[in-house]
Amino acid sequence: MSLDYTTPEFLIERNRDRCIDCKVCVNQCANEAHEYDEEENKVVSDDVKCVNCHRCVALCPTRALTIRRYPLEYRQNAGWTAHDINSIYKQAASGGILLTGMGTDRNYPIFWDHLLLNASQVTNPSIDPLREPMELKTFLGRKPNTLKIENGRLTEKMPPQLELELPIMFGAMSFGSVSLNVQKSLARAAAESGTYFNTGEGGLHSDLYRYGGNAIVQVASGRFGVYSEYLNAGSAVEIKIGQGAKPGIGGHLPGEKVGREVSLTRMIPEGSDAISPAPHHDIYSIEDLGQLIFSLKEATNYEKPVSVKIAAVHNVAAIASGIVRAGADIVTIDGLRGGTGAAPLRTRDNVGIPIELALAAVDTRLREEGIRHRVSLVIAGSVRNSADIVKAVALGADAVYIASAALISLGCHMCQKCYTGKCNWGIATQNPNLVKRLNPDIGAQRVANLLRAWTLEIKELLGGMGINALESLRGNRLMLRGVGLSEKELQILGVKAAGE
Amino acid sequence: MIKTIDAKGLYYRQLNDMIQEAVNQGAEKIILTNVNGQRYIGTRIPRPVEIEIKGVPGNDLGAFMNGSTVIVRDNGQDAIGNTMNSGKIVVHGHAGDVLGYAMRGGELFIRGDVGYRVGIHMKEYEDNIPVIIVGGTAGSFLGEYMAGGILVVLGLERQSGRPITGNYLGTGMHGGVIYVRGEVDPTLLGREVAVFELDEADKKILCSCLHEYCNDLGIDYEEVIKENFVKLLPVSHRPYGNLYTPA
Repeated sequence: MSLDYTTPEFLIERNRDRCIDCKVCVNQCANEAHEYDEEENKVVSDDVKCVNCHRCVALCPTRALTIRRYPLEYRQNAGWTAHDINSIYKQAASGGILLTGMGTDRNYPIFWDHLLLNASQVTNPSIDPLREPMELKTFLGRKPNTLKIENGRLTEKMPPQLELELPIMFGAMSFGSVSLNVQKSLARAAAESGTYFNTGEGGLHSDLYRYGGNAIVQVASGRFGVYSEYLNAGSAVEIKIGQGAKPGIGGHLPGEKVGREVSLTRMIPEGSDAISPAPHHDIYSIEDLGQLIFSLKEATNYEKPVSVKIAAVHNVAAIASGIVRAGADIVTIDGLRGGTGAAPLRTRDNVGIPIELALAAVDTRLREEGIRHRVSLVIAGSVRNSADIVKAVALGADAVYIASAALISLGCHMCQKCYTGKCNWGIATQNPNLVKRLNPDIGAQRVANLLRAWTLEIKELLGGMGINALESLRGNRLMLRGVGLSEKELQILGVKAAGE
Repeated sequence: MIKTIDAKGLYYRQLNDMIQEAVNQGAEKIILTNVNGQRYIGTRIPRPVEIEIKGVPGNDLGAFMNGSTVIVRDNGQDAIGNTMNSGKIVVHGHAGDVLGYAMRGGELFIRGDVGYRVGIHMKEYEDNIPVIIVGGTAGSFLGEYMAGGILVVLGLERQSGRPITGNYLGTGMHGGVIYVRGEVDPTLLGREVAVFELDEADKKILCSCLHEYCNDLGIDYEEVIKENFVKLLPVSHRPYGNLYTPA
């Protein structure tokens, strides 16, 4: 046996005074970190297998378990961190590309945390959202250059719009990467809250067609499950060009995750790898993108807005301008910190730019070019709370996608092992025994609760600024001030420094 | 009911409006004359019909098509049968790049030569097995990422010395089969495919496809079939299975 250089990342501490050897942890851990030792007649643990998902901790009836970072320190070295060293051990053993899940955990600046919101004091009164109407309604889609009104009515048909009761949608997560119970939870919560979930690129499961009125159906390079009925079932169609966690690369759903239901929904054989090539091979230019946008409009009788989702990369403003000119109704930008079910670690941690800078740059560019009204801007990429959303709207976003936050509301503990298919919370798995741990009735309620809470908070923040309609905050960067930012960053964000 | 539409000077959206209207009024067959580059013909129709095209249709002919039959009497352009679900497209001339991209079912018969990236990411599903048959030669990247279906290249009437396909044939292929009439230059092959002899099951499938193809395009079947064919299969259904290691 060759020497294994792997050391545990986490330490499982079992308080023997409390443990009753009930085996709950053994049954709950799909990673098999806990085991029942027949001879010793007690439960034992293997630290190496632990991914720190807290499933056992949360379910242990006697609170006997604690998970810590493994107290193993390499000799102090500011350059070579444990992360660097361990990565080399793993790659030396396997020769493989390092794969990971969720958004980057590296220490890149989070500009939301350097932006502060305004509030009214004396000169214009703040508004109490508990007493006064507060409008969050949002329409996503192309707006006409002018409105012609006769007798109080529009004389020309508006381009198709998505109508949202709140500026929050659920970001794309395909059936395959997440369980059907996740999609069911999100679909129901979207229907209840007056917003939309996004199918991701894995098709729409037959159980979810009834939620088509709250679905955005995605078309990615693999075209999984894409056909006329699917396109027309959704309320909008989104072309996925890129994803913040892995700009410039495609995706592989391994054959093990393609069981009967995933196969039916993606319309591929069972057990077959679902490979999404890096580019759409029918799109090599903005003109080609325009061709796909309009083929989708033709296929949906010009009744649905078409969104184009890209990752935030260096020339994002110019690219977004091209996308608007290609005919998209919505541009979705996914930032550096965006999540994923599986991405190469080095891509996730090193490619793209922060969403805040990308958003500001795109909004500014589209305004300068006089085409901002022709498109709605949706942003994604680790929107963590309601304040992030309010800041995003002030920077110019029409709405946001949340995905990691929605999964956390369903129980995700951010262990970053989505790609293993062993998600103990029933989220990123197709194993029926794990999937059933997520009850979609409870899930839908939890996600809807989160939306309700954030809606209340957004209204409160708006009221504090003396604003009673979200529309009045859109692109209103005077409501923001920067702290701890360089001159250049302030300039790109288009905000003044605090105190100015 | 047969409806004839003169496409002269019409923008694609107007033309497709008129086709949609004709279908809604009960037309079973639509003849389009003077077609000159209009895109997306056959995409926006509510039920399967037959469309005969005189002239050269534009890109994305039959994109997302579901069950219709389209006959093109002239050449076609790019992206014919894009993400097609079912139906049949027959082109009596040459056609361009990216034909049958991610096609899941139905048939795409081209009489002449085709361009680059044909049959990329074709896939099959249950009873749906898409078929692309190219009468002439094909450009590079034929059948790239192919995940299912049948791709046939005949190389009929090709100039001597001209290769029947381009480079990177079947790169990333992980399902389906490519049949080539004659020999395949091994230097053109992608890494994920290998050349095999046909077995009896192959011959049965190929004969049946070619019968239909020759019949539709008025080609002498016996002449086509008398030459030897080889098949290309993926060497692995998991070409990228060994690529990753947990971080």
